[in-house]
Order: sequence, then structure tokens, then C-alpha cells
Amino acid sequence: MSFPLLTVTAVLPAAGAILTAAVPAARRTAAKWLALAFSLATLVLAALVVVRFEPGGDRYQLTESHAWIPDFGVRYELGVDGIAVALIALTALLIPFIILAGWHDADPLETKSSRWRPTQGFFALILMVEAMVILSFEATDVFLFYIFFEAMLIPMYFLIGGFGDRAHAGTDGAAATQRSYAAVKFLLYNLAGGLIMLAAVVGLYVVAGSFSLAEIAEARASGELEMAANTERLLFLGFFFAFAVKAPLWPLHTWLPNAMGEATAPVAVLITAVVDKVGTFAMLRFCLQLFPEASKWATPVIIVLALVSIVYGALLAVGQRDIKRLIAYASISHFGFIVLGIFAMTSQGQSGATLYMVNHGISTAALMLVAGFLITRRGSRLIADYGGVQKVAPVLAGTFLVGSLATLSLPGLAPFVSEFLVLVGAFAAYPVAGVIATLGIVLAALYTLVLYQRTMTGPVKAEVRTMPDLKARELVVVAPLIALLLLLGVFPKPLTDIVNPAVQHTMNDVRKTDPTPEIEAEAAK
Amino acid sequence: MNPVNYLYLAALLFTIGAAGVLIRRNAIVVFMCVELMLNACNLAFVAFSRMHGNLDGQIIAFFTMVVAAAEVVVGLAIIVSLFRTRHSASVDDASLMKL
Amino acid sequence: MENLIALLVAAPLLGAAVLLCGGRRLDRVGHWIGTALAAASFVVGVVLFGAMLGYDAEARTMRQHLYSWIPVEGFQGDIAFQLDQLSMTFVLLITGVGTLIHIYSIGYMEHDERRRRFFGYLNLFLAAMLLLVVADNYLLLYFGWEGVGLASYLLIGFWQHKPSAATAAKKAFIVNRVGDMGLSIAIMLMFTTFGTFAFGPVLEATGETSEGKMTAIGLMLLLAACGKSAQVPLQSWLGDAMEGPTPVSALIHAATMVTAGVYLITRSGAIFNAAPDAQTAVVAVGAVTLLFGAIVGCAKDDIKKALAGSTMSQIGYMILAAGLGPIGYAFAIMHLVTHGFFKAGLFLGAGSVMHGMNDEVDMRKYGGLRKYMPVTFVTFGLGYLAIIGFPGLSGFFSKDKIIEAAFASGGAQGWILGTVTLLGAGITAYYMTRVMILTFFGEKRWQPAPDPDKTASVEPGIEVHPGEMPHPHESPRSMTIPMIVLAFGSVFAGGFFSIGDRFVNWLEPVTQFDHPHPPISVPVITGMTVAVLLAGVAIAYLQYGRKPVPVVAPRGSFVTRAARRDLLQDDFNHVVLVRGGEHLTRSLVYVDHTLVDGVVNGTAATVGGLSGRLRKLQNGYARTYAVSMFGGTAILIAATLLMRAV
Repeated sequence: MSFPLLTVTAVLPAAGAILTAAVPAARRTAAKWLALAFSLATLVLAALVVVRFEPGGDRYQLTESHAWIPDFGVRYELGVDGIAVALIALTALLIPFIILAGWHDADPLETKSSRWRPTQGFFALILMVEAMVILSFEATDVFLFYIFFEAMLIPMYFLIGGFGDRAHAGTDGAAATQRSYAAVKFLLYNLAGGLIMLAAVVGLYVVAGSFSLAEIAEARASGELEMAANTERLLFLGFFFAFAVKAPLWPLHTWLPNAMGEATAPVAVLITAVVDKVGTFAMLRFCLQLFPEASKWATPVIIVLALVSIVYGALLAVGQRDIKRLIAYASISHFGFIVLGIFAMTSQGQSGATLYMVNHGISTAALMLVAGFLITRRGSRLIADYGGVQKVAPVLAGTFLVGSLATLSLPGLAPFVSEFLVLVGAFAAYPVAGVIATLGIVLAALYTLVLYQRTMTGPVKAEVRTMPDLKARELVVVAPLIALLLLLGVFPKPLTDIVNPAVQHTMNDVRKTDPTPEIEAEAAK
Repeated sequence: MNPVNYLYLAALLFTIGAAGVLIRRNAIVVFMCVELMLNACNLAFVAFSRMHGNLDGQIIAFFTMVVAAAEVVVGLAIIVSLFRTRHSASVDDASLMKL
Repeated sequence: MENLIALLVAAPLLGAAVLLCGGRRLDRVGHWIGTALAAASFVVGVVLFGAMLGYDAEARTMRQHLYSWIPVEGFQGDIAFQLDQLSMTFVLLITGVGTLIHIYSIGYMEHDERRRRFFGYLNLFLAAMLLLVVADNYLLLYFGWEGVGLASYLLIGFWQHKPSAATAAKKAFIVNRVGDMGLSIAIMLMFTTFGTFAFGPVLEATGETSEGKMTAIGLMLLLAACGKSAQVPLQSWLGDAMEGPTPVSALIHAATMVTAGVYLITRSGAIFNAAPDAQTAVVAVGAVTLLFGAIVGCAKDDIKKALAGSTMSQIGYMILAAGLGPIGYAFAIMHLVTHGFFKAGLFLGAGSVMHGMNDEVDMRKYGGLRKYMPVTFVTFGLGYLAIIGFPGLSGFFSKDKIIEAAFASGGAQGWILGTVTLLGAGITAYYMTRVMILTFFGEKRWQPAPDPDKTASVEPGIEVHPGEMPHPHESPRSMTIPMIVLAFGSVFAGGFFSIGDRFVNWLEPVTQFDHPHPPISVPVITGMTVAVLLAGVAIAYLQYGRKPVPVVAPRGSFVTRAARRDLLQDDFNHVVLVRGGEHLTRSLVYVDHTLVDGVVNGTAATVGGLSGRLRKLQNGYARTYAVSMFGGTAILIAATLLMRAV
């Protein structure tokens, strides 16, 4: 039997979580280093997954399969395609940065007793989320996926509710209230989505008699498994609802600004750059593959929702007064792009959507983490409390600007590649949708540059006059992310090589071909 | 004598017991009413045993007595400790179970 | 030789990377690194030019394929370069003027503590602009297009502690983004129509599809050009962009970046040739902007803003010429090059004046400077003569050709355009004469230096002592030499290009060329042009040269006031877009909070309320629980019996 690389990649952070949690209360720093070491080891394993994966090979590679609950046909089945590989790499890459950026976020306050040990818990929870997310990218058994999809809510709930942003406008009590409101909202929203999905999972088992993605897809492709149109649609909606909550798609988005606003910046990155990606990833893997006909049936509505997300998220971002909420609404706009790319059902759109997931993860991480450093320095999340930071902390301002430019998809930075692909893909299939989505690029310029102008430029405010520039630890966090944004912006080929074959498989699943260019179509006539 | 009459008696006793449990506030009385209901059951079991001609009912009656004895021990202990802390044997005074 | 093209872009890019990441330790040498790499790029350009001249006219296009940028099924975006005569012209203009302005900036920015960063941004701009003109496909062009937008944003907002500069930078970027939207839609249209967006295949296949498609693509390209080249209706950012340091205004907002729109239209000539409706739109935009810019230029008292209006107007000429089709492309580019010389020279002269005058920008507070700044006066004066089209200087040759081509476009359109361009020439002569007289002639109207904390318009590059009277002086050598070089260009470039139609023949393989046949003979047109410009000069002299100029601008007629405010276009934007947008976002925030989130919170509240009611059943009395137990049992038994009975 070959080495179970995928299992080990996911189990390693989980083991790290348990060990970190077990570190004695006084040895706080040791716990941080332990967590960092485990996240780096996971990154090495993820890199190994990338290396071992052959882009031109089978659809699912590095597969593992064991019986788990034979009575219900639930198997422990793992396997990765190109899309999953890219997202596992993203997750493993971001976690060390999240840990480093949150180095002091969970240090106990002076007022607490020495037996209080939040630090260990904070880092253990982050590693636990990593393990769950990686497993849900790897699972090729629907039931198995469902378990990890839901299980990641538990550590996330504690991360949001237990470790709030210390830069809160209100009193401690108000902060705690809002934090627990945000955490409960996050949990209930996602749980509601998850439960509806559970019903659909059970329904799928009743119809198909199996939980295995490969088996069902094969049976569907060969025509052995016929589904009545209505059944398929209902099952599709059950799955899609859960993913749309997680993604989040308008109008199911309202939990995200609360969660991202109240959580510490690294946790906010964890939410939007890592956890939410499971939603869009699952749309590609489960919705399109298991229910191709229903996906096509629902496409018009979903495209409209995606467009609403893009424009609505961007407009709301313009109207925000809180830096973190602004970034949250920007993310909603970006998730609109991802969903648009997936459901445009063209090669460019889907490749673009996959790249978008990776690039958005990196760019949001860069922007949000720098914003977090900024907020920690001043102790406020309100945009109006800043001004002239550029003068006192040029490096911080410079990195913030790069993050902003990435968010507005400037060519040369990674998000441009994916955004343009999504736009082209959408335009090829639905020209009007493509044009409306293009509005998003103007609005993105508006909200990012307004944010930059209000915080970084202008006369130096008295409160920021003594603000220190980025420290070494913070630079270590930001510099690689920016380097990666630049690299993937001018040379995204390594990523597209991994993603392209997987996208072609998905295109085959939904039995769609790209629209031919007009002059070729003319010539063919 | 027709064994069915014993069943009527058992039902009557049970009803008296149930009514007592629901209406009375004194913990001791409530407790005695519970005992009354248990004994009504015992009577019914024995009557059934007689009617059906096997010993199952009588055996269960013995079980019930054992349970009742245990219940007396625990229940009286609770009532005594309640009385000690609250100086009252009224069940309405102990309403801590509400949310 | 082809492999050198990448070097053209790489040299300034390297400079930008080194200067922006290098940190403070490069502060002392940063400007030399930046200038050296700009000059290196110019040298590479000249070498390539020499090589190009060695080939046959038809076979001068050089190509270099670096690597595949975005390889996705059915979509090929390449990093590949194409250097033909059109690109070559731009490369020489950009690197040449760019290098001069680097040299100028060494002196101009000497007292700015962030000079290294300034040079980093300038190098970044050069790299992006060169990428724009040597790209061999529209996607890579878009890369450069947004890249110059970024450089422009950074440089306009270079003194970003001034709120006005930061606002102007943001405005420029956002207005440009509206234009960029047009470019990206055009690329998407090309992709769905032709399956590619490389210049070669697209421009060859323009005849194979419907005219409607071509018109759509053309209009989208025009939108892009409007944004970048500050044409109506997206012109509003250019005036505000003068918040940037003056060398930036000279390089980016006069000589090179703002002409990218002309490049785009000329490059896409085949598309416009196949779409007459789009061409009409281009011509209309050019004609409107030509007058718009000229009128605004007449009313401004800020020397840089007056020149900005002039830039807008001159680019209007170029756009108009480009919209005329093969009879105009070559002239558009020729005017673009000569304009690059004289307008850059004028801006550098303005910078030199400001340098000597405590950074005062209001021309009403200048006067009589010709004695104090002789070099600036002469170079500025030559630039002035060139821009108004004084016979024999550069502007005369290039502008006259455009006027001829305008008349030659045929029918009523020809007459309208001809009149507009003639009128424009007259207004140009008027406002430039006004600038000249206000600045260098007349009595001294100097004012004590303003308090830099109170006025927003002060360039912080130079130490200003509030209350001190200016001591106008000639600028250092590093600033005057570039001005002199550019003045040479302003004087001789036009003649050099026109003798034997050199420039037109050089560009013809790329842009094609039809000889214009105006309905009235060429000498007559030339005569009319000269007459109109003399009239313009005369009116300006009568208004400003003969009587003293008030230091505080008179209130003026409604038209003057409107022109001072950019013909109220900004006010329109403010009321409709800014205010409207604010209301929209504010109401959407409200809707999100009350309606969308309200549904969620409402559901939660309903469930909470219901459970609150139900909770009352749990009153803690053992009796109540017993009742429910008995009741439940009774119901169960009853149900069982009932079921059995049925």
C-alpha cells in the first residue's frame, strides 16, 4: 500500500492542534512556535502533494479508499483533482502567515489569571480549521465531505466568539455582545445551510444508493442512474443552498461582515480566504458534477444572484465606515465573480473562477493582514480615525496600497488574471452579464482607493503621529504574499497547468463546450 | 368473586392517588399518593395474575414493592433535606426547575 | 536584434524595482540610477531604430515572443512584443522625452526628501508606457494601459499629504477605470468575435464580420481612449491632475500617457476603417474636446491648468485626425510627436517659473519675468510659437496638415470639421498669447509667499518662507538643458518631418495613407490658418498687453465663470455621480441592514419570541409537570384505543 499522503497532510495539523492545546499555560511562546512548526510541516506536505500530482493524469489522484460505515456504504475516500490541489496549496500556504500575523492576538490580558490559557486554544483552533478544510478539499465521498464541511464550524465558532478584535469601539461588554452575536450568526447561518444539505445528502443516497462521488458520476454519465428532473433539481438546491451560504452569495451574505468585523484580522482572513473557499469549491465539485442538468437549469437565476453580489457588495463596500467590514463587502463582491465564473460554464470562466479562489485568498490575506496591523496600532477600526499614515509608516502604507491594488485587480498582480478570465468567460456565454460584471472593476477602484485615501493620505492625524512602521515579523508575513501576488500576476502558468485539465473534466460533466468565435462559426457555415 | 372487581378497585385507588399528586401541596401527602398509585398497580398486577393463571403479575408486584421501598428511602430523604433548608414541606416552594 | 525589445521595458522596470524596494540607503544615488536606466532604455531604442532603418520599409516589424502569459483552453494571452514604425515612433518619444524629464527632475525635486521614490515612480511609468506601445496584443496593451494609470495615480498623488493631491489622484484613476472598462469590453468582444486579441489576426480579419460588431468594438475603444486621453466626456480628471509635480505633468499629462488614446485608435485603424459610425463618433469627440479644452484654457489663471486645457485641446486635434481614417492617422501621430516636444517644453518652462516664484501657480501674480529668467523665457517662447502654429515651427506643419485633412473629409462634415479646427487654432493662439503675456511681459505683480499650511496649491518640494517676496532666478543647469533640447525639437521637428513627407512615408506601412484632397486649395487653407492665429494673438494682446492686469481675477461673465469651472462639467459630475452615488450607497447600507439582515434577524426574533412563550409552560411546579405527564399518557392511551377501534 502506498503512503497515504492526503491523510497525513490533513492529520498533521490536527495532531498539531491537539499538541498545541496540551502545552502548559505558562509556556505560551512554545505553543506558538509549535503551531507554526506544524503549519510549516503541513505546507511541506502540501508542496509534496503539488509535486506528486500529475496535471495530465487521472482525474483524481493520490486516492485512498477504506470502508468506514459499510452499512450505509460510507467510505473513507480521498482524492484530489487540479482544483483541489490548488486550494490545498493555498490553505497550507496561508495558515503559517495567519499564525504569524496573529502572534500576539491571543496573548492573555493583564487582568486574567495565569491559569487562563487562550493562546494555546487560539492556535490549536486555527490548526484544527486547517485540518478540516484540507479534508473537505480531499474528500471524494459525499458523506465524508459533509462531515468535515460541518465540523469546521465548531473551531470557527470559537475563534470568532472567543477571540475578538481588541480594537473595538464600544466597551468590553458591548464588544463581547457583538462578538457572540457574530459568532452565533455565523454558526446558525452555516448550520441551517448544512442541515438542508444533509437532507439532500440523504436524498442522494436514497436515489443513487451510494455516497461515492466517482461512482455516482460514472453511473450518471453512462446513463445507468436516471434521475427525475424534479428530484435532481431539489437535490441540487439542497447542496447549492449550503454552498451559497458558505460562499457567501447575495442575499445569504449578512453573516460575513459581522464575522469578519468582530474577529481578529487573521481569523477574518481564515474565514474569507480559506473557509469560504470550500463553498465555491464544492459548487464546482459537487453541484456541477452530480447534478449537471439541474445546474444548467438554475444557471440564469444564479448568474443574476452573482451579478447582484458583485455590484451590491461593491456598492456597500463604498458605504462602509469600518475598515474590516469594507473588506468583507469587497469579498462578497469577489465571491460574486467566482460564482459567475463557475456558472458561466465556459473554460475561461471556470479556470478563472478557480484561479480567482487562489488569488483572492492571497490578495485578501495581504490587504486584511496589513489592515490588521494598522488597526492594532491605532486601536480603532473606523476609517475616520486614520489619516496621513503614509507619512509616518511608509512601508505599511506601501504594502497596504499593493493589497488594495490587488483587490481592484490591477494587471500585473494575480487577481487581474483571474478576474479577466471570469469576465471573458462570462461575456462569451452571456454578454450582458459580462458587461454588468465589468462595472465591478470601476466600483472596486472606488472603494479601495477611497479607503487608501482616507487612511493613508492627507495631513497626519495627531493620534497616528507616533505610529511605528511594520516590524520584522509583520514584514515576514506581508512580503512573501506580495511577492506571490506579483509572481502569479505575470507568470500564472504553473497554476493554470494544474487547473486546466480539471476544468476540462468539469466541462465534460456538464456537457458544455465553449462558444466558438463568430468568424469561425461563419466559416463553418 | 369476580377478579374484575379488583381491577375496578385498583383503578379507583390509582385515580385517588393521581388526583392527590396533582392537587395536594404537602410533599408528604404527595409522596403518600405516589405510594397509593404504586399499590394500585400492584393490586392490578395481582388481579391479572389471578385472571391469567400465571405468576408473572405477582413477581412484578414484588419488584414494584422493592422499587417502592427504595423510593421511600430516597424520597423521604429529599423531603427531609428540603424541609431542613426551607422550613416548609410545600412542593410549590421548590420551583427551581423552571428556566 | 529582436531580443532587445524586452530590454526596452526591462531597464526602467528594474529601476522601479530597485528604487522602490531599495529603501533609504539609495536616497543619495536614487535619481542617478533612475536617470541612467531611462537613458539606457533610450539607447536601446536608438539602437533598434538604427536596425529598423536597415530593413525594407515593408519588412520593418520586429517581433519577440517571451512566454505564454495566461494559457487557458481557447484563450491565449502572451507576453509578446511587436515593434513596428508606429511603436518605434512612440518608443523614441517616450524614452527621449522621458530621459530629458528625468534629468530635469534631478534639479526640480532636489529638496524633496522622497526624491528616490519619485524616480522610482517615473521609471515605473516608463516601463508601463513602453509595454503599452510595444505589446503585440490588446491584453498586454491593457496591462501597460493600467500600468500607466497606476504610475499616473502615484505621481499625481505624490504629495499625498495634501488632500487635494490625494483626491485628484483618486479621481484620475477612477475616471480612467471607466475608460478601462471600455477597453476590457472591447477585448472581450474581440475574443468572442475573432477568438483572439492579438493585433495581427484581429486587424486582418476586420472585414469578415458584421459592421455592427466592428462599430461596437470601435466605440468601446473610443471610450477607453476618452478616459486615457482626457476627451469629453471623461476629461474631468486632467485639470486636477496638475496637482502632481510639474515634471509629471510634462511627461505623463502632456507628452506621453495622455496620447495613449491616439495610439490606441491609430493602432486599431483597421477596426475603425471598417466601422464608419464609430469613426464619426471619434471625430465628434475630437472636435468637441478641441473646443472644450481651448475654451477652458482661455479662462484658467493657474498656469498649469491653462496648459492642461491646451493639452486636452491639442489631443482633441489628434483624435479628430485619427477619426478621419487613413488620411489622418499619420498626421495625428505627427502632431502627437511635435506636441510631445513643445508641450513638454512648455510645462518644463512653467515648472521653471514656479521654481523661481515660490511655487506660485497663479499667472496673475507673475509678470515681467523675461528679464529674470532669460533661458526659460526663450525656450518657453519657442514652445509658444510652436504650439500656436507660427509658420516654420513644428506646430505649424503638423496642425496645418490636420486642418487640411479635416477639410478633406468630404461633404458637410468636412466643412464643419474644417471650421472647428480653424477656430481651435485661433483660440489656441489667444490663450497661449495670454499665458505668455501674463507670465513674461507687463508689470511685476508678485505677491508675498503664502503660508504653506493654509494654501493647498503650494508644492512642498521647495522651502517656502511665508510672507517672503519671490526672488525670481534662472533655474539650475539640470533644468535648463532639457528645456533647451525640447525647444530645439519644437522648432525643427515639424519641418524635418514634413520635408519630402518623411514622416508619412515612414508610417505608411503601418497606418496606410491616402492623400487628402481638400475642397479648397492648400495655400488658401494655410493662409486662413495664419490669419486666424494672428487674429487670436492680436485679441489677446489687446486684452492683456495694452492695459494692466488685475491681480485678483475680475468676476467675469457667466461664460468665463463657467469656463473657469471646466464648463460646469465637474459640478455636473459632483451633483449627479458623487452625490447620487453617496445617496445610493447610503440607502443600500440601510437596506442591507434593515431589509436583508432584517429578514434574518426577524426570523431569529420570531423563533426567540415563540420559544419565550413556550418557556412559560416550564414554571417549575412539579404538579404542572405531573399534569402534562398524565395528560400525555391519557392522550396516548386514548389514541391507541381509538386506533384499535378503527
